[in-house]
Amino acid sequence: MTEWFADNFVSILNGLAIGSLLFILAVGLSLVFGMMDVLNLGHGALYLIGAYVGYQFTGGVSSWSGFLTALAVAAVFGAVAGLILSVATQPLVGRGHLDQALLTLGVALVVAEVISIIFGDDVQNVVAPPGLNESIQVFGNTYPAYRLALIGVGAVLAIIVWLVIEKTSLGALIRASVSDREMVSAVGVDNRKVKAGVFAFGSMLAAVAGVLGGPVYGARTGLDETVLLLALVVIVIGGLGSVRGALIGALVIGQVESLGKALYPDFASFMLFGALALVLIVRPRGLFGSRVGAG
Amino acid sequence: MSALLELRGVGRSFGALKAVDGVDLDVESGARHALIGPNGAGKSTLFRLISGEMAVTAGTVTLSGDEVTKLSQVRRARRGLAQTMQHSSLFLTQTAAQNVALAAQRHRGSARWLLPRRQRDVDSRVTELLAAVGLLERGEVAVSALSHGERRQLEIAVALACEPRLLLMDEPAAGMSPAESGRLTELVLALPREITVVIVEHDLDVVFALAERVTVLHLGQVLLTGSPDEVRESVAVQEAYLGSSNRGELFGPTSRPDPSEGHPVSNLLAEGALHSDEADGGTRS
Amino acid sequence: MSVDPAPSTVDETAARTSGTATPTGSARRRVPLAGLIALAVLILLAAVPLFVAPFQTSMLARMLIFALLAVSLDLLVGITGLPSLGHAAYFGIGAYTAGLVAKYWTAAAPIPLIAAVVVAAFAAVATGWLAVRSHGVFFLMLTLAIGELIQQLAESWSGVTGGDNGLSGIPAVEVAGEPLSLVGYVYWYVLFFAVLGFTVIWAVSRSPFGAALRGIRDNEPRMRSLGYSPFRYKLAGFTLAGAIAGLAGGLFASQQFALVTPADLGFTTSALALLAVAVGGAGSLWGPAIGAAVVVLIRDVYGPDLDGHGTLVLGIVFIVAVYSLRNGLAGLTTTRFRRRGPPADAAPAPPRDNEATTPDPTTPDPTQATSAVPPTGGLPANRQEGHGVDQGSKGPGTDDPPRHADDPGERRS
Repeated sequence: MTEWFADNFVSILNGLAIGSLLFILAVGLSLVFGMMDVLNLGHGALYLIGAYVGYQFTGGVSSWSGFLTALAVAAVFGAVAGLILSVATQPLVGRGHLDQALLTLGVALVVAEVISIIFGDDVQNVVAPPGLNESIQVFGNTYPAYRLALIGVGAVLAIIVWLVIEKTSLGALIRASVSDREMVSAVGVDNRKVKAGVFAFGSMLAAVAGVLGGPVYGARTGLDETVLLLALVVIVIGGLGSVRGALIGALVIGQVESLGKALYPDFASFMLFGALALVLIVRPRGLFGSRVGAG
Repeated sequence: MSALLELRGVGRSFGALKAVDGVDLDVESGARHALIGPNGAGKSTLFRLISGEMAVTAGTVTLSGDEVTKLSQVRRARRGLAQTMQHSSLFLTQTAAQNVALAAQRHRGSARWLLPRRQRDVDSRVTELLAAVGLLERGEVAVSALSHGERRQLEIAVALACEPRLLLMDEPAAGMSPAESGRLTELVLALPREITVVIVEHDLDVVFALAERVTVLHLGQVLLTGSPDEVRESVAVQEAYLGSSNRGELFGPTSRPDPSEGHPVSNLLAEGALHSDEADGGTRS
Repeated sequence: MSVDPAPSTVDETAARTSGTATPTGSARRRVPLAGLIALAVLILLAAVPLFVAPFQTSMLARMLIFALLAVSLDLLVGITGLPSLGHAAYFGIGAYTAGLVAKYWTAAAPIPLIAAVVVAAFAAVATGWLAVRSHGVFFLMLTLAIGELIQQLAESWSGVTGGDNGLSGIPAVEVAGEPLSLVGYVYWYVLFFAVLGFTVIWAVSRSPFGAALRGIRDNEPRMRSLGYSPFRYKLAGFTLAGAIAGLAGGLFASQQFALVTPADLGFTTSALALLAVAVGGAGSLWGPAIGAAVVVLIRDVYGPDLDGHGTLVLGIVFIVAVYSLRNGLAGLTTTRFRRRGPPADAAPAPPRDNEATTPDPTTPDPTQATSAVPPTGGLPANRQEGHGVDQGSKGPGTDDPPRHADDPGERRS
């Protein structure tokens, strides 16, 4: 048993790193969807923005100032984009959830194309800041320090988000909205403000995830689709509107993507889909969800 | 005649809450059976347990001698169970005729046919049914443009198009004016005895005009099953509705207390059993 | 007057079929007009190679192919109410199948096409079996995942599909032993089968089966209580849509110098198809065909002028359309502007366009508001519907007397 762990240690760590990244990415999507029934199909595009911001400010060079600047810029970009999306989907609220999703799809297409125009289609590398762009020894394996840091960041963020959701009145509001949106607005809370806030927060996280993911995935066209799909699988598995679900889902998918690919490279794609299918059949609301979405 | 519908020990729990508890019910073939009870008695839940929309957590449901407890709503519908909903549940973008046709085509024509075809049997059945509910001239009108009362009528036509053996009606008179509920009553009275009718209703006028047997539910349990007169005179039933014994006030010659009296009855019943224009503004659904 | 979608413009034989499964009144009066238009369009399309240069002819062929894909998607989205973002997967499967059959077995028409349809149908039934259990945006997500998966499959199975480089060297279609060498002949081949595909979809939409699909789209719980099994109908609809998408893919592979790549299976193609349906007007069948032509026009005709970034314009067009064209282009042919009632948590139902019914103007409808569906918060425990489905989605209003100027709209795509 320990043999197996030792052999696959690197993959498992990778899985944790990817899981961290996915959590940061997916938690915003999950909250927005759980609260507002708006599926933001532009979430991947937000990640893409972050990735290219990361590239732009680090210029392929290892630099703390560049990296931190990128993080800040991406956060602002993301928050603003989230606000815009929130406002943009507002007129469509009376027309059903699909129309709002389609709008975000249109936005995603536009954003992806604009980025492609500005930056071209080449794969760009983002280098980790100094100190983290080396490998260190972990239990006899060499492992990129950056990914360990990523795991750490993810954990810290998870704790922060959890604290906010569970312990603050804002968090209570969010949880209530996920359960029963109409009731919350009946109590007098302005749904639009809540929606704007959650949208801004979630989008900011998505863009930040793009920067953080740079040293792992780089920046290239098509990344938005890949990332969107992963995020969707995470939130479906974890359950909509649930932070805990997003975390568990992210960790699970992180392992599927990394350990799964390492052990069964031929079946990697199937495992992803299989996990999704399994959850939808056995427990349509996801592991921790409170809304039923299938069946 | 053996009972068309038999419920034995039927119960439905939501966690610790027993919405329906140990209900026994026999509905004879051809009967006109009403389910009444104060709000929260579990009538709607029981209705759904019979139709199959909701699964029982205890007990059995038998239809025409076959146990259907585990069968889905779809399968029960195929065995001759049709229903009208408390809130009109129709196909809003389609015409009245198309609504009825959707129901009828499973029985008279074919619902699986992949090519456009003229289904004369379906068409004539649709015309027949629309005429029966008084909507013949409105056949080509989209449901979204029909009035509330017309939609309730259409609801019945759709249910009848299913050629049911058992017709479940959930508060069909809800939101109807006295004239409309009178027409409804006539319609149901005119139904052939091949169709057994179970009706959940608050409007006691309608209940006592239609029903041959009445079951009173209270807090999820059967309080009493009997003839309308028996129910009218039952102290237990009146207590259930009023919370205290107050004979004679509730189920008088008409079940309609004078609202202007300011009688406590009207306060308690105004939201539920009482149907009067003044009490609830005429539209309640 | 009927609220059924008008027949596809490229169908004339079905237009002469007498009536449909339900009384349709003046729809029978309108059918001949639509039938005439369809006939005219068909003749025009058939005459194209005689008057139009080869490049434009092949472009038109591409439009027909994409239009077939969009219309097959409309069967799914507009008529059955299942919004799919993975429909291109079946298109691509059809394309690869036809290409492989032509390359390694026989290019004799219509064998590659038949193979394409059969394999795509099989894939649709296998994936649909799982997918149609979900509703609304969940269905959207699931189909997206399926599409991505199949795309990845195409990329990694490079021994068969040629991987990222795609499948090329597909021999020309052979009709009666002779390969079709001229663009015009290929175009006629495509036109013939595209019209066939449109006709099938049109016929199904007008059939009792199609009526049942619409019933499921509009009010699935009610259909259950009427004894219909929604799962079986949806699966059948999904499979048929997938099969026709496969046909479109097979035609795609029949073009001259065809190259089938994994991107043809992928998200962008699916998104563009959905875009075409939305812009054209879901449920109308002919609207999405036009929407598809617009998409191809912008992307392939004007795209090169924009450095291949035609998708950008498309995205913008799409956004504009979502806001201003509530029922797509097809919705513009009606005079319906009033919407009704509170927003529904409903699955999107397509606009019932063209043949709008006129209500009796003397019957006021003061109780429209009371047909509001009760909010789905606090569901009884056994409620099976998920997001996007509940009792009675609100249709777009018909020609109601104008009421509240600020009624929230109801758009289905």
